[in-house]
Amino acid sequence: MTYLIQLPHVGESVTEAVIGKWLVGIGDHVNKFDPMVEVVTDKVNMEFPAPESGTITSISAVEGDTVPMGSDIGEMDPDDPNAVPEASTSGMANAPGAPGIVGEMITGANVGPTGGTFADTSMETSSPGGSSVQNTGSVGEGRNRSDYYSPVVMRLASQNGIDLSTVTGSGSGGRVTRADVQAAIEGSGMQVAASPTESPASTDDSLVEPTPIRKIIAANMVRSWTQIPHAWTSIEVDVTGLVRLRDSQKEYFRSRNGVSLSYVAFSLFALAAALRRSPLANSAWIDGKIRMNGQVNIGVAVASDAGLVVPVIRNADQLSVAELAGAAAPLIESARSGKLTIEQVQGGTFTLNNTGPLGSVWGGSIISPPQVAIVNTEAIVKRPVVVESDTGDSIAIRQMMNLSLSFDHRVLDGAEAGMFIQDVKAGLEAFGPGSDIG
Amino acid sequence: MATKTVIEAVRDAMHEEMSRDQNVLVMGEDIAERGGVFLATDGFVEDFGSARVIDTPLAESSIAGIALGAAVNGLRPIAEIEFADFIWPAMNQIVGEASKVRYGTAGKKYAPMVVRMPYGGGVRGGLYHSQSIDVVFAHQPGLHVVAPSTPYDAKGLLKSAIRSDDPVIFLEHKRTYRLVRGEVPDQEYTLPIGVADVKREGSDLTIVAFGLMVHYCLEAANMVAESDGIDAEIVDLRSLTPLDRDTILKSVRKTSKALVVQEDSLSYGVGAEIAATIATSAFEDLDAPVARLAGPDLPEMPFSPALEAEYMLSPEKIATAIRELAAY
Repeated sequence: MTYLIQLPHVGESVTEAVIGKWLVGIGDHVNKFDPMVEVVTDKVNMEFPAPESGTITSISAVEGDTVPMGSDIGEMDPDDPNAVPEASTSGMANAPGAPGIVGEMITGANVGPTGGTFADTSMETSSPGGSSVQNTGSVGEGRNRSDYYSPVVMRLASQNGIDLSTVTGSGSGGRVTRADVQAAIEGSGMQVAASPTESPASTDDSLVEPTPIRKIIAANMVRSWTQIPHAWTSIEVDVTGLVRLRDSQKEYFRSRNGVSLSYVAFSLFALAAALRRSPLANSAWIDGKIRMNGQVNIGVAVASDAGLVVPVIRNADQLSVAELAGAAAPLIESARSGKLTIEQVQGGTFTLNNTGPLGSVWGGSIISPPQVAIVNTEAIVKRPVVVESDTGDSIAIRQMMNLSLSFDHRVLDGAEAGMFIQDVKAGLEAFGPGSDIG
Repeated sequence: MATKTVIEAVRDAMHEEMSRDQNVLVMGEDIAERGGVFLATDGFVEDFGSARVIDTPLAESSIAGIALGAAVNGLRPIAEIEFADFIWPAMNQIVGEASKVRYGTAGKKYAPMVVRMPYGGGVRGGLYHSQSIDVVFAHQPGLHVVAPSTPYDAKGLLKSAIRSDDPVIFLEHKRTYRLVRGEVPDQEYTLPIGVADVKREGSDLTIVAFGLMVHYCLEAANMVAESDGIDAEIVDLRSLTPLDRDTILKSVRKTSKALVVQEDSLSYGVGAEIAATIATSAFEDLDAPVARLAGPDLPEMPFSPALEAEYMLSPEKIATAIRELAAY
């Protein structure tokens, strides 16, 4: 059996020592308490006795080594096979690291001025909250506090005209916390801004409990906004050819397929092709790792009465424009009428937000985690554009559309995002009268 | 910048001030030939001579009394008390006399002296090498009480203490001496006495502490940030008197919750003064009762390792108190 010989603790604040001289060698037999090794500290020089009777089998700390108190300095084969070393010391819990301005704690053990060996359990045996005399003034006892208001809650409510009886408490015992009342203040402010007073007779503000889906959307948006470092880029796309193509095909397409040939279908087609070529834009950030998604599944943001929903077009890169139009139409209809199934909203790897119908020309959308990007297809507007040709520059009226991309800067840098969105632009501008839409 | 331990920062501060001003001298038990019990003045007698590096008798009343006499006569003595636990025979010289010199002479005399004391527990020191004596001196007007937690603060504040024209009780937590390392600028600097320092910024609650407890609080704050998403702000008092009430109140007004952590026993402690300050001046900003976490009201630090661990605060105990207050 091997018995670890550990450097004992010698005095307060002494964390390390220098091995001065071994008084015994490997193979020597020592009796318990025989002088074994001389140790030099910045407080004292002393001889350490053998912890047990036995034969020295190895020496790991040689003369001149600086070693932390409590560390192993050698091994012995004890005469008593039942001899058990005293518990190893661990000192402070933190590992040494680069010191900052606040400083660091280094591993070390501490002992009383009278010396002697013992296990330093100061950081391990503590039983948080276990000592009845440790902490007085306990603040967390679980009585009902739903009708108790702290000074700051009363002050904020009074200053902001909040009726506290309408605020749901999230604190101990249902207590309304400062955070709760601040949320109520912010909520009422948003409501006032969103719904201007309709008549002078009803100027009273009121608090409305959000619907469950509103709360989920709110939580998701906060999570995305607070966790994802968003960055944005926006480019102009000349969709004159695309508009002409769609105008020439849409009547025939509807009569043949029963669904409209939407701009969304063209956008999905260009996006899917670009995502296949830029796999990073189609990836996901999950627990600090980047998952490269094998499929290109594009979600389409749809406004419904209940709120924002995002049905997903699966394997969009394997579908033609016509097939995409056919796949998207029923999903969007289901979304608007609130009939989507769970399967239809899961598995998206990228999101298309068609903001054009709302007249938007630029927007920075919030990314849907764990996706790493979302694109807005903005309004198509006729604009005077400088057109270059062999005969010189001229001004033409063109159908222009902006693509606005929000991307997760943890995964994508501006160069990659820019290349991706340029690829989408090229795909959209390639459409023209005569293009095959499948 | 160099990385130093607290004891190295203390040594550097004294050495620089003794080199700068020949009126500065050090005195104490075994501080000359032996360099002091913690080697704070190691090598000083060779550099400055035995007239300025003075071994004293084993009598704290004598050390404090001689220092006081030297101070009122124009010198700037730094008296080292081996362990703060041994200060009690010198209470008359410090509390009864030194604190009153300026007031009692209507400003005609003053006592520019520093009394350095290693204090605090968690070092297996038992009854006579673990005491926290801070509040006894903090209660006495006329004294400054300084208790740094980092090498940077220790050096800058000790230099200011030596240059102060009033008596300064300079408390050095002995467990931090070689346990805490930190960056210390190579160039000359001092830090003002009476100014607290926010060691960690946070939004959910304020923790007020000093000395070793600052480091335990930082560790606890990192634990609860990771496990519970609680964002704690930590105010390091650095000086107990003058007390930087503005920094404490500014932080509490931001977070609305306060936890005071003190190593010493609970009753009539530093935490009581801070809790009263917050209750008086930030009542309308409070969202929870001011919480105190302290040692138990026992006569002294127990020697048994298990009992000492029970007596001493730890990052785990502090983390529990933080979670409790955050959940209120």
